[in-house]
Amino acid sequence: MLKDITLGQYFPGNSPVHRLDPRTKLIVLVVYIVALFLASSWVSYGVMFLFLAISIAISRIPLKALAHGMKPLLFILVFTGILNVFFTPGETVLVSLGAIRITAEGLVRAVFMMLRILMLITGTFLLTYTTSPISLTDGLESLLGPLKAIRLPVHELSMMMCIALRFIPTLIEETDKIMNAQKARGADFESGSLMSRVRALVPILVPLFISAFRRADELATAMECRCYHGGDGRTKMKLLRYKLLDYKTFTLTLLLFSAMIVLRRFGM
Amino acid sequence: MEPILQIKNLHHVYSRGTPFEHIALEDVSFQVERGEFIGIIGHTGSGKSTLMQHMNGLLKPTSGSVLLDGEDIWANKAATRQSRFRVGLVFQYPEYQLFEETVYKDIAFGPKNMKLDEKEIDRRVREAAGFVGITEQQLSVSPFDLSGGQKRRVAIAGVIAMEPEILILDEPTAGLDPEGREEILANINAYRGAKNATIMMVSHSMTDVARMADRLLVMNHARLAMDGAPGAVFARADELVEMGLDIPDVTRVFLRLRQLGLDVEPVYTVEQAVMALSRLKEGHCHA
Repeated sequence: MLKDITLGQYFPGNSPVHRLDPRTKLIVLVVYIVALFLASSWVSYGVMFLFLAISIAISRIPLKALAHGMKPLLFILVFTGILNVFFTPGETVLVSLGAIRITAEGLVRAVFMMLRILMLITGTFLLTYTTSPISLTDGLESLLGPLKAIRLPVHELSMMMCIALRFIPTLIEETDKIMNAQKARGADFESGSLMSRVRALVPILVPLFISAFRRADELATAMECRCYHGGDGRTKMKLLRYKLLDYKTFTLTLLLFSAMIVLRRFGM
Repeated sequence: MEPILQIKNLHHVYSRGTPFEHIALEDVSFQVERGEFIGIIGHTGSGKSTLMQHMNGLLKPTSGSVLLDGEDIWANKAATRQSRFRVGLVFQYPEYQLFEETVYKDIAFGPKNMKLDEKEIDRRVREAAGFVGITEQQLSVSPFDLSGGQKRRVAIAGVIAMEPEILILDEPTAGLDPEGREEILANINAYRGAKNATIMMVSHSMTDVARMADRLLVMNHARLAMDGAPGAVFARADELVEMGLDIPDVTRVFLRLRQLGLDVEPVYTVEQAVMALSRLKEGHCHA
């Protein structure tokens, strides 16, 4: 069923990772991703892995949930692995079949690439699993705040993102309902040629679009009724403020980043 | 004669094996005779909608079976597909599923999926439109230009056009004004009368089900709590209230009259109430 999509779902909790300021988590994630691309040896990958593993342990997100969210991305992971195994030039040839050659370098590289993607995705999931969409957009708005100086409508953008995130589950539920209703009228989505399957989507998409527009209209009216007029002069109930925990996290992340640079400098 | 529908020890569990596991149906069994009008009541989340979606194979039972004319609808693929056409399901707010350019095309969607020929489709569309009071001119307009009540009736016609032996409706009158409500209920009765169809209707309006149904099923916490004639079910008013359900207004008045010492039988429709009161009046005159 469609409801089983858990990509980036928020898992409510009260762990230190949940309590971090969303800005801290966003910055740490960016630094973490850059550091991940600096890693190039078993040692540096080990350090990165340790950092990730400890973060997951502290967040108390069940590994099962993380693995479940990973499922739709399995294809990309395997594809990257295969691509790297076959198309990395190298000296030590292990298997050679005509034009296809598998080298030791290729294998190592494939493993590194897969590890990198895996750790990148897990890190991102950790952010979305421990941060509610609202605080995530709040954090983003605050971080992008300086861009207001060049007339970028930061508040409006973050409001749009917030609304979009908010309505994903609603629309999924709606799609489920419409699919069932059309199935009850004998619609068949599972068999037939590609063309007839595409055509079978019309009875779902038309009602879905209409209801999305209707919802947008209602939401806009409701917001106007409460005098919403954009970000000017708007105050917040929950002000974002860095706490001791955030500073500790920044220090740790800085340490990690320096370690990666040093390791790379020494070719490790 | 064999019952048209048999539900045997139906269980349904959502998201089994995950933290979101939720039991929606637990050991539900009942039979439906041909031509019956069954009302299904129960508070929100009691399992009514899940139960409905088992009748035409939209949901597969976790355990237990659904027999249509004695045949398991999950026996093979053809049987499941056949159950979709023989059991018509009208969801809540069905007007949100309209998608075609014209009312005619939308009503024809179901019959077309049944692979009927043009002539038969045309006959069914016109007949279904007749049952719900959609005029010849309205058949060629866009369904999105109609009023809310008309849209609802077009959507119901879309299911009726498949000429299902069992018509199941989930709160067909929700959100309509009293006039629209009366029309829909009359449409359902018209279809039932013409085709000797079996009707199952989920409703939160006790007054409606009391008036329409010959039999009531009461769902509570994923189980079938009561199954009987409206009189018998509404006589257990205390239990219904405890389940978060209501009783018809007129029944409440009569139960109170009894408490006050008047000798009246509990009633559940206005007609019965009128009769009971006039009997009472006569009794007083003779005395």
